[in-house]
Amino acid sequence: MELLKVKNINTYYGQVHALKNVSLHLVRGEIVTLIGANGAGKTTILNSLSAVSPPRSGEIIFDGAPISALSADRIVELGISQVPEGRQVFKPLSVEENLELGAYLRFRHREKRSEIRKDMEEIFSLFPRLLERRRQMAGTLSGGEQQMLAIGRALMARPKLLLLDEPSMGLAPLVIQEIFAVIETLRRDRGTTILLVEQNARAALKMADRGYVLETGKVILEGESAELLENKEVQRAYLGREKKEIWER
Amino acid sequence: MGIWDPTHECMPREELEQLQLERLQATLHRVYKNVSCYRTKFKEAGIVPEDAQSLADLRNLPFTTKEDLRLNYPYGMFAVPLREVVRIHSSSGTTGKPTVVGYTRNDIKTWSNLVARFMTAAGVTHDDVVQIAFGYGMFTGAFGLHYGAEAIGASVIPMGAGNTEKQIMIMQDYKSTVLVGTPSYAITLADRMERMGIDPKGLSLRVGLFGGEPWSEAMRREIESRLCISATDNYGLSEIIGPGVAGDCEHKNGMHVFEDAFIPEIIDPDTCQVLPPGNVGELVLTTLTKEAFPMIRYRTRDITSLDYGVCACGRTVVRMKKTMGRSDDMLIIKGVNVFPSQIEEALVAIEGCEPHYQLVVDRKGALDVIEVRIEVTENIFFDEMKMQRAFLERVEKRIESVIGVGVTVRLVEPNSIPRHEGKASRVIDLRKM
Repeated sequence: MELLKVKNINTYYGQVHALKNVSLHLVRGEIVTLIGANGAGKTTILNSLSAVSPPRSGEIIFDGAPISALSADRIVELGISQVPEGRQVFKPLSVEENLELGAYLRFRHREKRSEIRKDMEEIFSLFPRLLERRRQMAGTLSGGEQQMLAIGRALMARPKLLLLDEPSMGLAPLVIQEIFAVIETLRRDRGTTILLVEQNARAALKMADRGYVLETGKVILEGESAELLENKEVQRAYLGREKKEIWER
Repeated sequence: MGIWDPTHECMPREELEQLQLERLQATLHRVYKNVSCYRTKFKEAGIVPEDAQSLADLRNLPFTTKEDLRLNYPYGMFAVPLREVVRIHSSSGTTGKPTVVGYTRNDIKTWSNLVARFMTAAGVTHDDVVQIAFGYGMFTGAFGLHYGAEAIGASVIPMGAGNTEKQIMIMQDYKSTVLVGTPSYAITLADRMERMGIDPKGLSLRVGLFGGEPWSEAMRREIESRLCISATDNYGLSEIIGPGVAGDCEHKNGMHVFEDAFIPEIIDPDTCQVLPPGNVGELVLTTLTKEAFPMIRYRTRDITSLDYGVCACGRTVVRMKKTMGRSDDMLIIKGVNVFPSQIEEALVAIEGCEPHYQLVVDRKGALDVIEVRIEVTENIFFDEMKMQRAFLERVEKRIESVIGVGVTVRLVEPNSIPRHEGKASRVIDLRKM
């Protein structure tokens, strides 16, 4: 069953036409990755879905309902949470306070504190390192811990769809492995659907079921991860094999 | 019967259409970037890939024809550098010069799985022994079925075309359960077995996968009864991928087109307008998953129709009728469209009539005449001229009622009509146009 269906979205930054008729979909429980060079439009897709940069035209259907005209907070309520590039945790606040902010809308809806508390405990069991530092200021955490916190904060909204933007950026290999393991756990144990933007295309494709390859705001390839890993154009451009050289008559 | 890829063969239509749109848009961007022929065609039509915002927009895109492939001979239509191509094939040249097609490693994988789909639909499993009686070489038929059977895990006997007696011997000794070849070759095999006094009931054969040329339902019944097998049809052409575009399921009520990989359209071959579902016309195909050799709106010249009705097998993809012939084989006799396969169907329906026939079309004065030559067999050899005359009249009437044009039927010597191990050429057109 499709959870998300995007048809022909066009997103602009001022005069810049950043997404040109992008269409994509996610099936429930899928991990899908977006691959492309810097500026290809990967983050813009995430921002369009979360209404951080709403598309000027096109259709976004989430869980059967159109959402392209909704505000960012309404979209969070419906079940889409974004983990932004560079974590963006609230540095002067404690780990717990950061997590509570992730449940901001649930507090506003006067959801039982015990429920929210329970979710927080689950996040601590997912990231035991955060439990140890629950009262510590987020700004004092390592990069990896901040990433865990950013993911934990997004999960506090109980998303059906998690948008992950460059979760491995600037992290040490061992920490990356840890983060990726958690992403897989989320899908396996919670059935969370994940749209992943990742600089490390190979690692992303190894984890994802499918991928879309973007070039200058356009989708130029869709396929199962195994196929994309075998695709020479993908290898050349994004997996660091051979140098770019398009053959023409 | 099993389903090889339930996700893609049984998709709800709405989800399928979303996937098709995504893949179509991606394909258009890629061909526009990498294939100069498409870039030129699109520019001439004043179109950019972004204009395709729905599947319905496909009809605004220019067609690709065999002529385009010839003009870009040999590698001009490739969308990837040649060093990424792991296989080169050539069209079987049913009409005119061959054309060159290429496959990447992924394309070969995609192809194998598409063939595995229709082979599974026909009933092939990993327990089968598959005898391939298609010619290997430049023709895609043998390799496609070979890969599909291997993907399923069946045991493949890469026999190749011809050598009929050896085929039969291997069939007996190796206990082949599946026969792959052209339908006319299946008849040749049945004929030879009959002459050799071999009872097909004594063989292990149970399924036949036939393709490469149009054949009629009557011919299917004949093959099924004479070889004691389930005879299934499959469809493909090398320009698109080879076999693997569509194939029969156990219900044999039209071949399922694998729509996650191909978008079929039916057009009027004269006006080039898209016809509504159900209408008979020329099949046009667009590939959605090919890397090396994507095709946008390729005119197949094959005449068929599409049925979007639900099939009892559970597959949701559209079904195409058996091809009725090629738009370039289509004979226009006295202004009526006639396909050789219609005549064949009429012949096979007449008891005792062997389907070895030839059509000779000529023009007497301003009038088109069609002569159907049938080989005499013991069944239709009559001592009395009167009975023979009556038989011929019966055949003529029957054909006329099917095609709507009068014909002359003539009996010819046994084995005087050339046999082909590959494709049968049934038509001789003597008209000077």
